[in-house]
Amino acid sequence: MTQPRSGPKNRSARSSRSSKTSDTGLPRGITADDLIDYYKRMVLVRTIDERIWMMNRQGKVPIAASSQGHEATQLGSLLAAEKDGDCFLFTYYRDLAVKMAAGLTPSQVMKSFMGKEGDPYSNGRQFPLQGADLDHKIIQLSNVVAAGLTQAVGYALASRMQGDDTVSIVYFGDGASSQGETHEAMNFAGVHKLPVIFLCENNHYAISVPQKSQMAITDIANRAEGYGLAGVVVDGMDIIQVYEATREAISHARSQGPVLLEMKLERFMPHTTDDDDKRYRPAEEVDNIRQRDPVITMGQYMTEQGFLNQEQIDEISKEATAAINQATDEGEEAPLPDPSTMFDHLFKD
Amino acid sequence: MAVISVIEAVRSAMQEEMRRDSSVFVLGEDVGKRGGVFLSTQGFLDEFGESRVIDTPLAEASIMGIALGAAFKGMRPIPEVQFSDFVWPSINQLVGEAARARYGSNGQLTVPMVVRIPYGGGIRGGLYHSQNVESFFFHVPGLKVVSPGTPYDAKGLLKSAIRDDNLIIFLEHKKSYRLVRGEVPEEEYTIPIGPSDVKRQGSNITVVSYGLMLHHCLEAAELLSQEDVDVEVVDLRTLRPLDTETIINSVKKTGKILIVHEDNLTGGVGAEIAAIVADQAFEYLDGPISRLCGPDIPTMPFAQSLEEAYLPNTDKVASALRELAQY
Ligand SMILES: Cc1ncc(C[n+]2csc(CCOP(=O)(O)OP(=O)(O)O)c2C)c(N)n1
Ligand SMILES: [Mg+2]
Repeated sequence: MTQPRSGPKNRSARSSRSSKTSDTGLPRGITADDLIDYYKRMVLVRTIDERIWMMNRQGKVPIAASSQGHEATQLGSLLAAEKDGDCFLFTYYRDLAVKMAAGLTPSQVMKSFMGKEGDPYSNGRQFPLQGADLDHKIIQLSNVVAAGLTQAVGYALASRMQGDDTVSIVYFGDGASSQGETHEAMNFAGVHKLPVIFLCENNHYAISVPQKSQMAITDIANRAEGYGLAGVVVDGMDIIQVYEATREAISHARSQGPVLLEMKLERFMPHTTDDDDKRYRPAEEVDNIRQRDPVITMGQYMTEQGFLNQEQIDEISKEATAAINQATDEGEEAPLPDPSTMFDHLFKD
Repeated sequence: MAVISVIEAVRSAMQEEMRRDSSVFVLGEDVGKRGGVFLSTQGFLDEFGESRVIDTPLAEASIMGIALGAAFKGMRPIPEVQFSDFVWPSINQLVGEAARARYGSNGQLTVPMVVRIPYGGGIRGGLYHSQNVESFFFHVPGLKVVSPGTPYDAKGLLKSAIRDDNLIIFLEHKKSYRLVRGEVPEEEYTIPIGPSDVKRQGSNITVVSYGLMLHHCLEAAELLSQEDVDVEVVDLRTLRPLDTETIINSVKKTGKILIVHEDNLTGGVGAEIAAIVADQAFEYLDGPISRLCGPDIPTMPFAQSLEEAYLPNTDKVASALRELAQY
């Protein structure tokens, strides 16, 4: 918080919490109520994420990738996108908090993870929350890492051609940054200065492979310069910094061209419910990174600022548990997709 | 009616559709100033401008992914793959992503996109400028695969493809581009994706083909007619969805079938047709279901002798037909 502000530039920069704040002490464009709202969303996502993991162990959810540790980035960027109003998102499998904050209900989430009728992304055809949720302006077609990047660039190209203000934001991991398509996407976006944000959730692991075995550099954002993009490193564990950096990136993308936002964050859980991270990272490492749990740090921030008191924090947590209990029941009761639907929607008539 | 070449037909189909619908645009390598290496977009840059005629970086995965993303937002992109041999870097976006988009989103996403691919050999292209890629796409649910053989069909099918709300792989035999000429009406017309076309009626043997090989089949049928063998020639035009009905009806009439393609024998379009005929017209067959196809080597080699040895031609088709006629 002592570093000077540095927004998107044509070289890599580090973002830090803004000195330009409003009278309330909050960054431009948001109120205490927004933060209360987003704190609630964060607690809700954490609660459902933990529940889903448990249900996997009970044999009710075949597979899940956890967003735990990524919440500040996912919610802070979504808050920026929501406030802007004209963003379209290409997410990846770890983005549960983005999807929920964008409007997906806990009941829909449960149905999706259990492969039940009523999953808005694909109605049980794909892995949980994969396909599209066009009502909430999200596409996440596949499991192939980095495949969404060129698509997001094409979406941005179409925004330009159609003369609208939409900015595409594409989320991906540090692992995905090694894919050839990542290079192609950034290169094209740079050539045409398209309104697109490449938002990298750098948790330093691609399943078990640590960042040092993936690349020779520390900051992925440094690559931006090679494509003529703005590159920014952000503390992805701090929702306010993420909000500010994304807000600024959106306006930069619209007025000047693409931005590579590298969110430094941590993956608290194993890669997925099928993974055992004890095989490749020491338990102390996980204990350490959990010291910066975004749910706890945001809760502390909220009480310090006087936006919430401890009683309210406890109440929010209770409400979240009740909501997730109900959603779990709804998921369990929901029917399985009818096999007769299997052939639907191969083509548009 | 004017007589034009296949490449002129392709060009005029795109030009008419781009004039008709401002959401149609082309992108690919050298499609701008150069007008495409085969000149399929000649003059487009001047007429439609840089925003609708996009010279892309030399990177096929992004050409396809960017076209797909634009299609998601309601544009009608026509990405051009410079040669079929270079489609492989884009297969992830084409087969992994685009072909599954509608199904995988339970009907939310649409992909109104036509991927144009010059393919095939006989032009001394060797292993990397001659490839027949049709059987790979033929295998994929979610794709429509078209391969016209004449200027008339090329124009009418391409216009339909551009208007279709689904992803279409449009395969243009590159040797046919200038070699094959034919009459095309001045007035507007389209040809539906799907139905095949009986290019020659006959009663003794059915020969099924598509693309450039169609013309060898027609020539061979003419030769056989002088030997009192009456050959029916079915031009598939669309490979997927396959017009099973026309093939079966023809076989029921003739009792014999020869399938001809330049693509490799094993796992080719002909293998599927053979299975369908065996399944649906077994009692009508008077001879073995026969195939004349490219042999199972990685595309036709460069040397003239080797290229000729690889390719089916009129004489080879004629002798296969004679053999079948005598059965
Ligand atoms: C093209 C491709 N190769 C392999 C996989 C299998 N896989 C799934 S996730 C993953 C690691 C991705 O790491 P990263 O991009 O850093 O995302 P994170 O899971 O850490 O959020 C791998 C190897 C895949 N999904 N796609
Ligand atoms: Mg990672």
